[in-house]
This record gives sequence, structure tokens and C-alpha cells, in this order.
Amino acid sequence: MPNPNNEATRRVVYEKSRGLTDTPLTYCPGCTHGTINKLIAETLVELDVLEKSIAIAPVGCSVLAYEFFNCDAIQAAHGRAPAVATGIKRAEPSKVVFTYQGDGDLASIGTAEIIHAAHRGENITVIFVNNAIYGMTGGQMAPTTLVDQKTSTSPFGRAEATTGKPILVSEMMATIPSATYIERVSAHDVPHITKTKRAIKKAFENQINGKGFSMVEVLAGCPVGWNLSPVDSMKFIAETMIPYFPLGVYKDEGVAV
Amino acid sequence: MNKVIFDEAGCKGCVLCVDVCPKKILAPDKSRVNAKGYNPVVCNNMADCTACAICAKICPDSIITVERG
Repeated sequence: MPNPNNEATRRVVYEKSRGLTDTPLTYCPGCTHGTINKLIAETLVELDVLEKSIAIAPVGCSVLAYEFFNCDAIQAAHGRAPAVATGIKRAEPSKVVFTYQGDGDLASIGTAEIIHAAHRGENITVIFVNNAIYGMTGGQMAPTTLVDQKTSTSPFGRAEATTGKPILVSEMMATIPSATYIERVSAHDVPHITKTKRAIKKAFENQINGKGFSMVEVLAGCPVGWNLSPVDSMKFIAETMIPYFPLGVYKDEGVAV
Repeated sequence: MNKVIFDEAGCKGCVLCVDVCPKKILAPDKSRVNAKGYNPVVCNNMADCTACAICAKICPDSIITVERG
């Protein structure tokens, strides 16, 4: 039996990815942005492309993502990350270019940019973090806010009669002929985090193999914006978000599934 | 013995790790606060740790290192 105090037999099972910088994350306690950030960082390290990756940070809670990813990065105007990524990828096709966008960024002001980046079949990777709220600006209602969900601008709950139902981005993107890979995953518990990492890895592998536009939508928690504890916000994702935003692959290899 | 190491200065006290730990050996230390103002999570019974690293995988701030040994 190995000596338990022998340092030579110790093995690190898990540690912070070198794909992240030492800068402390600026997200609120229990925010799954941090989880998704580290999955991307781990993926870039595992695929050995960290040194040639370029991140496009959005506007929103993750606006400072360029401080966290240990690779080159640029921060785009609100919603315009796919347009900036298009330019960078076309100028530097050997680089691995990805955008990291929230729902206020991608599903609202940036709807045109994301649709047309997919429509052109740009060979980029998009990580879309859907937490059903505008976090950074104070918890306002987003296009993805659930019906009856209370936010600072829908204090009595989102009213379907005047504001409609939440937009289903993955379903919409899967209808675009030139999109290659669209999947919706969730970051609310460890089994789903493992699946999320697998989806993110595939989205990057697609780009490295020149397969075209890939987007992974990750259901995420906003404990502060939702006025829930971090643990309860994970339950909210599982019990309330997933029934409306079904998980799964919506398109693969350019074929709807 | 397996080891869970917390970078306490970075802990935001979200307790997601406490919730998912299958051995229920993690808890926030209510007697202390870190510079951020949170009760840092500590392991109260390292001998029971199986080094499954579920705590580390869910930690949004990547402050947990897990060692098997």
C-alpha cells in the first residue's frame, strides 16, 4: 500500500485550467458564467489550440472575459461579436476564433449579427450563455425571460399578452441552412456540465476541421438577477428552464436532427 | 489521504460545492470571512474524501484543487 504521506504518489485530480488567467472572475457568487468560462479554457488546452485562439467578448456580465481567458481577445460592441469574429477569422483563418455571448447580447441587440454569421456559414464557434435575464445592467427582462418570470422590468412577471413568449434561439438557428452544429446544453449540475464540455469541444473541433458555423447554447443561472440562492437557481434551471428550453442537438453536420 | 485544497481568498461562498459533495463533508466556515466578505468553504472531514472532484467541477471560480494520494 502506498504511503499516504509520500508526496511522490500524490496525483492532481482537478486543478484550475491554465487556459484561465490568474485574474479573479468578476461574476457574482454562484454564477455559472465562471463554470462555462473554465469549460472553454479546459477545452482549448485539451485541443492544444490555446496559443492560437482569439476570444471575442460581448457586452454584459462577461464583458471582462478578455481578462479571464488566457489567450488573445477583443471586446466587441453590444451584439456584434459574430461580426468581429467574422473579420478576424477571414483575415487569420489559421486562428481559432470564438465568441462568448449572453442572451441580452446575442438574442436581442445582436440577433441580426448571429443569424447572418450562421447564414454565411462562417467557420467560427459561438458560445451562447442563456440565463433568461440581463444580469449586468440590473436584472431586466430579456427576450429569453420565461413567461411569468419576475425581473426588475417585469415586477409582476413577464406578461405574454404584451411581451410574447421567450425566444428559442437554438431552434431558430437550426433552421438556417448554412449552420453546421447547434446544440443546447445546461450547466446546472456536474453530469450536465460534463455534457456541456463535450458540446463545447465538438464546436471547437468543427472549426478546427473547417466544418463551419457551430453554436452551443448553455442554460445558465443568475442567482442575483433571479433573486434566488445559487443552489436554488440551479434547481430553477432544472425544473423551470429546461422544460421550456429543451436540451439536445438541433443540428449536426448541417443536417437538422 | 486525498486532499481538497481551497484558494480561500477566491471563495465567494456560493456553496454549490457544499450542495453537490456526495460525502457532505464541506461547509462554509462561519467563524471567518475572507477579504471578499464571504465565509470560505472548508472540508471538515478530509479522511472521508474520495477525490471525486465533483466540488471542483461545479466551482464557478475554479478555486478548488483536488489531489488523490
